[in-house]
Amino acid sequence: MAHFDEALPAFAAEVGADGPVCVRGGGTRWSLGGEAAPGTREVQAPEGVVAFEPAEMTVRVRAGTPVAALHEELAESGQRTALPERAGGTVGGALMAGESSIARLGLGPVRDALLQARYVCADGRIAGAGAGTVKNVSGFDLCRLLVGSLGTLGLVGEVLLRTFPVGETERWVRLAGADPGAVRSCHTAASVLWDGADAWTLLSGYEVDVDDDLSRLAALGACEDVDGPPELPPHRWACTPAEAAAFDARNGTAGPFVAEIGVGVVHASEPQPLRPVEPGVAELNRRFKDRFDPTGRLNPGRDPLRKP
Amino acid sequence: MARTLAAATRRVLGSRRRGDRAAAAPAAGAADAALVADLVEAIGADRVRADAAARYLASRDASIYKEGNAGPVCYPGTTSDVVACVKVATRHGRAVSPRGAGTGLSGGAAPLGRPVVLSTTRMDRLLEIDLDNGVAWVQPGMVNLDLTRALAPHGVHYAPDPSSQAACTIGGNVGNNAGGPHCLAYGVTSAHVAAVEVVLSDGSVVTLGDLTAEPAGYDLRGAFVGSEGMCGIATAVAVRLTRNPPAVRTMLLSFDDVSDAATTVSAIIAAGIVPAAIEMMDQRCVRAVEDFAQAGYPKEAAAVLLVEVDGAAGGVAIAADRVAGIARRNQAVSVRTAADDGERARLWKGRKSAFGAVANVMPDYYLHDTVVPRTRLVEVLERIYDIVDRHDLLVLNVFHAGDGNLHPILAYDSRVPGAEERVHAAGREIIEMSLDMGGALTGEHGIGVEKREYMDRMFSPVDLDQQSRLRASFDPHCRMNPGKVLPSAHSCSDIGALKAADAAGVWG
Ligand SMILES: Cc1cc2nc3c(=O)[nH]c(=O)nc-3n(C[C@H](O)[C@H](O)[C@@H](O)COP(=O)(O)OP(=O)(O)OC[C@H]3O[C@@H](n4cnc5c(N)ncnc54)[C@H](O)[C@@H]3O)c2cc1C
Ligand SMILES: Cc1cc2nc3c(=O)[nH]c(=O)nc-3n(C[C@H](O)[C@H](O)[C@H](O)COP(=O)(O)OP(=O)(O)OC[C@H]3O[C@@H](n4cnc5c(N)ncnc54)[C@H](O)[C@@H]3O)c2cc1C
Repeated sequence: MAHFDEALPAFAAEVGADGPVCVRGGGTRWSLGGEAAPGTREVQAPEGVVAFEPAEMTVRVRAGTPVAALHEELAESGQRTALPERAGGTVGGALMAGESSIARLGLGPVRDALLQARYVCADGRIAGAGAGTVKNVSGFDLCRLLVGSLGTLGLVGEVLLRTFPVGETERWVRLAGADPGAVRSCHTAASVLWDGADAWTLLSGYEVDVDDDLSRLAALGACEDVDGPPELPPHRWACTPAEAAAFDARNGTAGPFVAEIGVGVVHASEPQPLRPVEPGVAELNRRFKDRFDPTGRLNPGRDPLRKP
Repeated sequence: MARTLAAATRRVLGSRRRGDRAAAAPAAGAADAALVADLVEAIGADRVRADAAARYLASRDASIYKEGNAGPVCYPGTTSDVVACVKVATRHGRAVSPRGAGTGLSGGAAPLGRPVVLSTTRMDRLLEIDLDNGVAWVQPGMVNLDLTRALAPHGVHYAPDPSSQAACTIGGNVGNNAGGPHCLAYGVTSAHVAAVEVVLSDGSVVTLGDLTAEPAGYDLRGAFVGSEGMCGIATAVAVRLTRNPPAVRTMLLSFDDVSDAATTVSAIIAAGIVPAAIEMMDQRCVRAVEDFAQAGYPKEAAAVLLVEVDGAAGGVAIAADRVAGIARRNQAVSVRTAADDGERARLWKGRKSAFGAVANVMPDYYLHDTVVPRTRLVEVLERIYDIVDRHDLLVLNVFHAGDGNLHPILAYDSRVPGAEERVHAAGREIIEMSLDMGGALTGEHGIGVEKREYMDRMFSPVDLDQQSRLRASFDPHCRMNPGKVLPSAHSCSDIGALKAADAAGVWG
């Protein structure tokens, strides 16, 4: 069987086999899905890039590594991952939160980024999920189950992530009063944001294609280069793409917002009301938690169903 | 191994060979009479068959596995028909196995322990195209290619395109998390399923995933895709629609040396280019394909690469030039670009008819499906030729080279004494070698029964215990397609479910 990176057994020993425990990453999504139950022991996942193989387009990295540090290393070879990059956030935290980057149109969702995971399960043993290759359907897909699970099924020590080439040219532009649907039709748009009035887009790709799209956008109206996306309001709503494109109708409850067009995430000023969950789905969620963590020791207090 | 993959493929792809072994399917026994009567009462006489011919056809898939044994076969038309069948089966203590087109290559759809087989062939409708949300809802029995054809007028398509797409179903694609040539850039089935309506083993209906960006709770949709019919029955699938690329360029690169072709694959990826597809064929395969499909491949080449780049026009031209440059630097003897859609279709026809073509080389073949790191293709191909030589066999290589997904085809004649044993021995070595290289047991065909006993070569007991927890969360009593994927030591309840049918007499 696979040999473990030396940092894993030490991490497993720290997690141990009993008592409530959770991982503290950068703490940037600390309250997602609820507050940690009082008395929960906090541990830290190991840090560091284990192996980056640019020609394979994969990177093996310990879960406690800050996403920004990882991306800095990958950038030297012109690559990055689909994980969102914000000050302080870790690889493990980004995977466990499961929230995609605002460039999801271009990079894909976080749930497709994880190829292999080594994690400590409820009984303190180290488990492996997935494979060391970019393609694999050997057995049940534990990797997808782990992404977004908030560390309630296992505590992640090390992962293998898919990497992508960074676009040859990347430019953020702002379009005053533009129809976001028309912006979305640009082939190089890796992100299309809309605040109900103006649109922003990240164009990413070959320079010729980006230039083509820029002239197409210029035809829509005023189009100016900007440093990056607009300030995003603090709360994340998960909507359908159709709901996000028509979001201003709900402005009353959400406050000022920035919608991710074509994706469905809306960054709003007020929290999203808890979404109704089918009773059958809630029951399945409970069954998963019970099977994977019979004593409820992994990150008690957090529940992905309460994630908004 | 009385039946062969070649024969299975011929059956699957149309020219049906008469089921002369229909009579060989064990008698259902009087014990099934009550079960059949209840199924008929639940969904109607025209939707249930228990005769030997129907059960024979439902007892195997396109793999070489021939021990499947179907109980009554149901052809539900709606989700409520499926619910009704599951409930009847449960009442009779019988398992349920879902079945799409039966093109699977790992024995996943081969029923074990005489379960009630639910064939989705009559659930083949496109339910809704929702362009605003970029999805279409389809019934599980819809054929992959029919879906893509139905979407064409809207300028979108369904990206996963298995070579069997003219026959295989969306439900079967979900069951196996199927791939295809274009999954290199676009991702396999799991990346293209937004939500699935599933009938669980207790007969309840749940929708896993939804059309929002980030559904609440665990990613149960992700956990379900690729579960080989063991977690429930998909009764409707919301598939993602992919916009047709504005420009496409398809190239055929040929080489005098297999290693140069393999090096080119690794070099393209290393240069940061992600083509839509990179497929490789070696000389024996090229020749078989040419004789069969006249796709215009150079028969003198030691290997060819079929590379497709797509996207916006300018970038496509640049990427194509770079690919051609990399190929030339690696001694490509010719670089041909399809001049029009007709030529492009012909090039792809060659690739997609490769398995059919093999049937003309030898009467039987065994197709393997493993994955290796794509940077190690040169070494891996040398090892495969070496293994095959040592076992005195013939191999044709045709595979998804861009993601390291090998499909060595061992062609043989089962009438030659000892041939099957040699095929199995070589297959085992190929699997072991792939794992030793840091690879995976299967890239798209699934574990089924064929690779079940190899699972503990790739996973530790703890890993497998975690996988069986996933399965048991969906199906605590192991009533859905029991006996697959997990090696016997990790599927104790499955064994219980399988034994139940042997004792069927008691319910008679
Ligand atoms: C102000 C701010 C706003 C942000 N807004 C967004 C946004 O809108 N969209 C976006 O995409 N990103 C956003 N981010 C990025 C966010 O940082 C990432 O989702 C992420 O990297 C979180 O990592 P963390 O290490 O801070 O997680 P933490 O907050 O430390 O942990 C989050 C949860 O995961 C668990 N966990 C952490 N590591 C592990 C592990 N190794 N194993 C098991 N469980 C673990 C924790 O116990 C906790 O329950 C924002 C960041 C900041 C600072
Ligand atoms: C010539 C040939 C070429 C092929 N090329 C490829 C290829 O390029 N890529 C690839 O990935 N595969 C390929 N395959 C394998 C096969 O076609 C795929 O695995 C396909 O997805 C199977 O679909 P099916 O409808 O035939 O499913 P089946 O074989 O009937 O079933 C496959 C599995 O899915 C389960 N299942 C079926 N329907 C449902 C449902 N509604 N709900 C839950 N589970 C269900 C079954 O129980 C079984 O475990 C090829 C096969 C052949 C014969």
